[in-house]
Amino acid sequence: MEGNAIFQELFKMSMAMTGIMVLVFGNAILMAYFERKWSAHMHRRLGPMEVGPHGILQSIIDGVKLLGKQLIVPRDADRTLYRLAPILSMAPVVLAFIVFPFAPKLQAVDLEIALVFVLSMASLNVLAILIGGWGSNNKYGLFGAIRSVAQNVAYEVPMLLALLAVILVSNTLSFEGMVRAQQDLIWFVFLQPVAFLIYIVSGIAETNRAPFDLPEAESELTAGFHTEYSGMGFALFFLAEYTNMLIVASVAAFAFLGGYAGFPLPFFEYSGVIWYLAKVYLLMFFMVWVRFTYPRTRFDQLMNFSWTYLIPFALVNLLITAVVVKL
Amino acid sequence: MKAYFSELFVGAWSLILGLKVTIKAFFGPVVTYQYPRTKLEVAPAFRNHIELIYDAQKEGHRCITCGSCMRECPSDCIIVEGEKQEGVKGKVLTNFQLDFTKCSLCGTCVEVCPTTALDYSDNYELAGYQRSDFYFDLLKRVQEQQK
Repeated sequence: MEGNAIFQELFKMSMAMTGIMVLVFGNAILMAYFERKWSAHMHRRLGPMEVGPHGILQSIIDGVKLLGKQLIVPRDADRTLYRLAPILSMAPVVLAFIVFPFAPKLQAVDLEIALVFVLSMASLNVLAILIGGWGSNNKYGLFGAIRSVAQNVAYEVPMLLALLAVILVSNTLSFEGMVRAQQDLIWFVFLQPVAFLIYIVSGIAETNRAPFDLPEAESELTAGFHTEYSGMGFALFFLAEYTNMLIVASVAAFAFLGGYAGFPLPFFEYSGVIWYLAKVYLLMFFMVWVRFTYPRTRFDQLMNFSWTYLIPFALVNLLITAVVVKL
Repeated sequence: MKAYFSELFVGAWSLILGLKVTIKAFFGPVVTYQYPRTKLEVAPAFRNHIELIYDAQKEGHRCITCGSCMRECPSDCIIVEGEKQEGVKGKVLTNFQLDFTKCSLCGTCVEVCPTTALDYSDNYELAGYQRSDFYFDLLKRVQEQQK
């Protein structure tokens, strides 16, 4: 009897892990393709067209190419840290997915402190970037790493303050609870538009994407923290960036856009997944859209924007929310 | 305080306008030509190497072997040869060679031709492994066109 329970638990865990890995890698493959395609159309180009019809196999081919490449460790690099960084960048971001409710019953673990868990896992990425930049013993890598840390410290604050307003309204830290609170009330994007805007801006900054891509600023730092990385080392950083995008978009979907909510589709019980994916990929499209619209900010502009605009607005928003909730 | 808020609103408005520009381009037409599969139409004023025009009425070229093009050519890349033949008025063209490696595409030969026998070619796919790939026998080309 007890053995059976353990077996069930193990089966559940492996199923959840398989599903999450499929989502993470599938998302990276899809986004690598769609980002190129979307950006191409914004530039009035065609983008990848050669591998498969309309180039749909391009990112798979790129992945195979990266797999086949040699992992070069620079002579003066810190071998341990240098090798550790890509793994440390990839592993925690995958963990974040175990607390997301993709549909009413489709969730690995319903953690009480899900939001805190996700944010802490997502911000471990900064540590990986710091280790990678430091360990590769390259001036561009170090510059990128330092910038990344300063930027993430600055943007973590408004992000948390914006989410805190949502927590005050929904009175829970679990995503399932937030989604249910939004079903009772109204989508929080309408209730907390300022918090949503602040969250999206700081989310883009957190994932180190343009216009806040200072850690890898191509024109100044070659490739920033991953200058020295080749093959799968680079691929894991790349994968982590897309997965981080997915996390930011997922949290935005759960906390502001009603998560898996939407009018029920006639297919099956888990049709919430379709709504979740639709919302997430809409947000991802917005991130790509922003990336190919704005030039990169200067470092002082980046810092000023966070400390003089985002944080004060988030604080005022939080204060007003607190007062209204109390009344 | 006023500057603080005006900067915020002006900045936000300019950001929205920027997003509008890219989304318009996103749904707009693509300007790329997939070169080997789709080809651009050659503009009428496009200057390439010269070619003897095939005249359907004369069933051949219009060259009278006057040699003006050869004399005018600043790069000396044209050779025109002709001979008298029985029963034909004037000279008959026997050889028209163009050394395209020396040609500077000035177009003097086309302008000077009294019978407008010369024109620019549409053939822009010019790539070769040796110099002799660019020595064109224009008479042979026009005769091939005739067949």
